[in-house]
Amino acid sequence: MSERLAVRKTYKLFIGGAFPRSESGRSYEVTSSKGDFLANAARASRKDARDAVVAARKAFPGWSGATAYNRGQILYRIAEMLEGRRAQFVAEITAVGGVGAKQAGDMVDATVDRLVWYAGWSDKIGAVVGSANPVAGPYFNLSSPEPTGVVAVIAPQTGPLLGLVSAIAPVIVTGNTCVVVACERVPLPAITLAEVLATSDLPGGVVNILTGSAAEIAPWLAGHMDVNGIDLTGADAELAVTCEELAAENLKRVLRPPAGPVDWLAEPGIGRMTAFLETKTVWHPIGV
Amino acid sequence: MTTPLAAAKFDGVASSPSTLRAFLHGLPGVDRVGADARAAMLGTRSIKTTAKKQAIDTAIAMVDLTTLEGADTPGKVRAMCAKAVRPDPTDASVPPVAAVCVYPDLVATAVEALAGSGVKVASVATSFPSGRSSLEVKTAETRLAVAAGAAEIDMVIDRGAFLAGDYLKVYEEIVATKEACGEAHLKVILETGELATYDNVRRASWLAMIAGADFIKTSTGKVSPAATLPVTLVMLEAVRDFLAVTGRKVGVKPAGGIRTTKDAIKYLVLVNETAGPDWLHPDWFRLGASSLLNDLLMQRQKMATGRYAGPDYFTLD
Repeated sequence: MSERLAVRKTYKLFIGGAFPRSESGRSYEVTSSKGDFLANAARASRKDARDAVVAARKAFPGWSGATAYNRGQILYRIAEMLEGRRAQFVAEITAVGGVGAKQAGDMVDATVDRLVWYAGWSDKIGAVVGSANPVAGPYFNLSSPEPTGVVAVIAPQTGPLLGLVSAIAPVIVTGNTCVVVACERVPLPAITLAEVLATSDLPGGVVNILTGSAAEIAPWLAGHMDVNGIDLTGADAELAVTCEELAAENLKRVLRPPAGPVDWLAEPGIGRMTAFLETKTVWHPIGV
Repeated sequence: MTTPLAAAKFDGVASSPSTLRAFLHGLPGVDRVGADARAAMLGTRSIKTTAKKQAIDTAIAMVDLTTLEGADTPGKVRAMCAKAVRPDPTDASVPPVAAVCVYPDLVATAVEALAGSGVKVASVATSFPSGRSSLEVKTAETRLAVAAGAAEIDMVIDRGAFLAGDYLKVYEEIVATKEACGEAHLKVILETGELATYDNVRRASWLAMIAGADFIKTSTGKVSPAATLPVTLVMLEAVRDFLAVTGRKVGVKPAGGIRTTKDAIKYLVLVNETAGPDWLHPDWFRLGASSLLNDLLMQRQKMATGRYAGPDYFTLD
């Protein structure tokens, strides 16, 4: 019996529900912290980012128009699918080095729990940040949160899975769609997450994941006139300033990078959701 | 190639169904695989920076801004005319489009809105898009549109007659419509998506040109597939050969399905490489489109500002 040929996985981008290679044809070597070769990942170009924004924009009406209940169900479905891939994620996280199997397993479990946590928020956030306002006139005056639109997410450089999901889930649960630039050093869990998303009833284009250099891609997303918000969690100080300046052109909502290291295991609060929500206030005449 | 001889040749061609049939079927066949491959190859040309900028402006000037919906209103047509004259209100350096294309009943509205702007008014006629009516109705509709002020008439051929082999009927309809047009330019829509083969596209192109078409146009936009690169290639070859034989130059207009700047530039490359740079002018080449214009404007703005443009900043069609 001859030895089996190794079947190695091709890590590609995730745009509009499909897995294309980079338009530029470029790739880069992903290595462990000791420098061992792990895989080749696609190095996305600005044109991949442009295509991803088009896909995200196309997905926005359907996703933001879906009921909160439905979005919550789909997030919960992502958690279910992720749970089934636990072993693969543990293997990918430990291969990078620096983390034991036990710790990696805890991270994956926390990721699943995080998705379930955010799934529950889908139909409650409106009650928490919306309000019925008393006004001096014969009107019902109601404020309700609305999704901002297409959000660019520069994924955290720590927590290749938990940090990534903790950045994506709050953006999409409220009805935004997003273009994510994955952590450059540890991109493989991000692409495996894309495989999870692709099989979770999540409409194509709601989440688009690019691997490559944030320093190269982020400014294009920050300057893009069809992107409505940008989460700079994973950007270094210099890149964050550049991006925020570019984002000012069309008044994007900007979530600045955290001041210090983030404990992704801690309960996140609703700040990441409200960062990409807008408030719509409706005046409705009473008694007409 | 002497013109009188060629003209004499074509005089006899339409004298009977059999001579016309013999002529059209005597045209060399189209190498389908070859045409597809050549169009695909030309589509890979890389047009960047200054060349791209020039291509975008050329393409904008060639657009026939079109609205052919049952829900068209005078208000929509007026809005579209304003856009035709000044495609990007924030940038005066954007050229106006070539023409506005509407249904006959809205020609008067468009003419009024475009008065003095240099943008022409084109009208579809002859029972667009199916062409299913009597010759009297078709010519009457054409006269109506011309009387309302249309400078260009986009007629459809009777595909049923063409496919049944009744070429003379198609020929006579084009001749009659041309006569009804008077001074107005006549564009003949072949509806290539219904002609089945490239051989038929070549035959229909020659038939339209012999009958007096000023332009040959691929599609109504109501049938899929609409304009494709290989079909346009076959038509460009036809107008090039027709010029060589008769000395009369005919224009080409692909329409329908051209939505992106990339597509438009592919067509420009195709024109340049097939018919030649002489055709790279709004008098001889048009792009029938509606959503294409916004994409051209967005690309233009991207080149000017260095940042990707968003559709929020351009008018809805």
